[in-house]
Amino acid sequence: MSELLLAAAGLIVLAVAVGLARIFRGSDDVERLMAVQLLGTGGIAALLLIAYATHVPGVEDVALGLALLAAFATIAFVNLIDADQGDIEA
Amino acid sequence: MTALLDLFCVAAISAGTFFFFAGTVGLLRFPDSLTRLHALAKADNLGLGLVALGLIPRADSALSALKLIIIWALVLLSGASTAQLIGRALRRGRK
Repeated sequence: MSELLLAAAGLIVLAVAVGLARIFRGSDDVERLMAVQLLGTGGIAALLLIAYATHVPGVEDVALGLALLAAFATIAFVNLIDADQGDIEA
Repeated sequence: MTALLDLFCVAAISAGTFFFFAGTVGLLRFPDSLTRLHALAKADNLGLGLVALGLIPRADSALSALKLIIIWALVLLSGASTAQLIGRALRRGRK
């Protein structure tokens, strides 16, 4: 069962890493932000699977921390976009 | 009973992994930024949700099961608010 959980974690990381191609190919900063957000969520899922596969204490808490901080990058980024547009309008 | 729980675990985690793949494919292949945002939200909410749901029967204590649910709830909350913010930024950018 542990091997299965680790395999699922590997598959999720692989899927998300393919999504990161959007960062290089994407024309728009917002697209890149979406890829990074997918990476964050995929990282949380992979960490949870690894925590239950290996029984190393504390890995779950890393996932919890990642989940707590997930929104901040996007909020800061959107604030930056709004500030830029404000400058252009003014 | 344990075999049934294991089956549930495998089914939920496989479905969660599938949603992560679907999110990635959507992010790469959908034609429009807003549809890509839709694909991303599915991966966030359903993918992680199904993985957490599949891990709950394997939790050692009620507290660690609660931790899984809290992680999912936090991601739901941040996913919903960031999707709104990104959507608003896209709409403003288009005007």
